[in-house]
Amino acid sequence: MEDDRPEDGSQDFPPLDERDEDQLLPQLVAHLREHRTKLRQEWAGRIHDAHLLHAMTPQEMAAETTSVYDNYVEVLETGSVEALQHYARDLSERIIPRGVETHEVVGIVLLLRDVLARSLFEKYQRDFALLNRVLDAYEPAANRIANTVAVSFVEERERVIRQQQDSIRELSTPVLPVRERLLILPIIGVLDAERARQLTEQLLRGIRTHRAKVVVIDITGAPDVDESVANHLVRTVDASRLMGASVIITGLSPEIAQTLVTIGVDLGKMNTIGDLQGGLEEAERLLGYTVTRDEAAAAT
Amino acid sequence: MRFQGDLIAQIGEFRARGLIIDVAALDVLDSFGSRTLRNIAEMARLRGATTVIVGIQPDVALAMVELGMGTGEVATALDLEEGLVYLDRHVRGRR
Repeated sequence: MEDDRPEDGSQDFPPLDERDEDQLLPQLVAHLREHRTKLRQEWAGRIHDAHLLHAMTPQEMAAETTSVYDNYVEVLETGSVEALQHYARDLSERIIPRGVETHEVVGIVLLLRDVLARSLFEKYQRDFALLNRVLDAYEPAANRIANTVAVSFVEERERVIRQQQDSIRELSTPVLPVRERLLILPIIGVLDAERARQLTEQLLRGIRTHRAKVVVIDITGAPDVDESVANHLVRTVDASRLMGASVIITGLSPEIAQTLVTIGVDLGKMNTIGDLQGGLEEAERLLGYTVTRDEAAAAT
Repeated sequence: MRFQGDLIAQIGEFRARGLIIDVAALDVLDSFGSRTLRNIAEMARLRGATTVIVGIQPDVALAMVELGMGTGEVATALDLEEGLVYLDRHVRGRR
């Protein structure tokens, strides 16, 4: 490393014209390695000026910018984005929970690209043809890096969002045992096809786990039921019956009752009761009968 | 067919009042399978025995209702134990 080389010292390099194009990138990498400290600081300064990455402390910022810089140069050198991809995903995992936005991540990578490009302009300003060739080598690689980082970040975000959606879904359809062999399934919020399917699966699994005989599905909190969901509800009742559990549906709003009748859902098979309280009483009546018989059988 | 014949014959032989069909080991139950089960139950009823189908798995139950196959009038229960409870109640009640 000869850090004391004058900045305008492009003529200090041997003439490049006769060199192979392949030699450009290694030379470029050598240049970026050589001025690593200065360029990285310049970059960090520009990140600060652009008010990006508020969520990070200066120490973290220094550590991360150094790693990003080194990764960046390494990709330029090797042409392989795999390590960078890995690093970007890892970095995203750390910074997403702290509220770093996509525009910030893309912004800092583009800033680094610009800082490095400026330093190349400065270095090769004497030889315009050579500068063009250097940029030809630099730009595709730099753009590819920006792409990789942005895509990794967005993918990581999507993964986090999917994970959160899954847990929200799971929380939003709880299958609750209230008495022995009695489950309550309160449905709150919009019931789309995907959620209805998941609800059925959870209910059937719950029936088996808790050995439920009676299930009360309360749809007081569901604002609307369309045809496919209504049919799904009927299938849920049928499937529960196949597993030996009877279903009581409570809290049908006037609108939903109208919908069910209009679309011709067979209500005869569905045991419906006005409100949750009535449904629980009915369930207890059903279960009370069973329990009495069980006790009698156990006593003999 | 052979299974059906033997079964119906044995109901008479043992003077069985109840019949439990356990399908817990089945991952799939097609329309032929469920029709066979319905037929057996109907034959058993004619021979004087009540049938309970037990052990239908959650996935099987879902698939069955989605394909519009039920067990008809045949009773179902969660597992063997529940099936016995059901028979105990219904067969005794009939005596």
